[in-house]
Amino acid sequence: MSDTLVYLYAVGRAALRTVVPAGLTGIAGAPVRALVADRLAAVVSSVDALGFGAEALRRNLDDLSWLAATARTHHSVVDAVWRREPVAPLRLGTVYVGDDNVRAMLHEREAAFLALLSRIRGRQEWGVKAFTATDPDVEPDEEGDGAELRPGAAYLQRKREVRDRTSRLRAEVHDAVEDLHRVLATSAQQSRRYVLQDPRLSGHPPNLVLNAAYLVEQATSSAFTSAVDGWRSPYLQVELTGPWAPYSFATLEES
Amino acid sequence: MTLARRDDDLYLIDLLDRLLAGGVVITGDVTISLAGVDLVQISLRALISSVSRLVEP
Repeated sequence: MSDTLVYLYAVGRAALRTVVPAGLTGIAGAPVRALVADRLAAVVSSVDALGFGAEALRRNLDDLSWLAATARTHHSVVDAVWRREPVAPLRLGTVYVGDDNVRAMLHEREAAFLALLSRIRGRQEWGVKAFTATDPDVEPDEEGDGAELRPGAAYLQRKREVRDRTSRLRAEVHDAVEDLHRVLATSAQQSRRYVLQDPRLSGHPPNLVLNAAYLVEQATSSAFTSAVDGWRSPYLQVELTGPWAPYSFATLEES
Repeated sequence: MTLARRDDDLYLIDLLDRLLAGGVVITGDVTISLAGVDLVQISLRALISSVSRLVEP
């Protein structure tokens, strides 16, 4: 038993042992169980060394369909437990050798996990994305009013007008994004902005201008979601996802 | 509270944002792998290779 690999989904208080739904399955259909160590419990399932040994894991993470399936399973387990008891989700791909090592880790990190769990108790994560209605980097193809100028001068003037218009638009979009984020962040306990990566890498559409997560008190979450739904801006289209388990705010503060 | 049904791919991207850049990272010698090591890099490589597979004729 000692070298069975154990995949960790989340960590919560020991009470979560009673809320892991019977019949809940994890990666490769393995039964999900709670591993208790004093005041904490980890939500785990056993995994195959062929898929999750250090080397195999590294290889598999390069396989998008494997990654997608693992991410979906990881999330479905986290979500099933989180809706019943606050838990701190773990990063995808956290694997230990044997139950004993998981328990040892829970002992070692007990204080940090308890602090994290009280920070996220009663709070939910909401995701907010904003897209520009038009892509500010695309130069509008319009006629300037330089028709009476010589062709070279008219060309330059048109270029200048387009450039000015583009940078004005970009500044207005920027202000609208900062406005939205400021309003949402003040009604949240914590916020986090994700980097807007190259759309070819991240898969995000090119006109994504805000990708942020907000940690919101459950009691005020309907006010938060109405604020998002009711947000009107000529420059932005706003999209809400959630509620999520607090993935974006699950960080241990090591003492 | 209503949650708009979303395109599956967009949902996957939201999920990967969270699972690869969020979640507790436990450092220390008991974890056999992936103590946060370049996980985002790895996923980006996966995405790039899948994108180029789509683009290539």
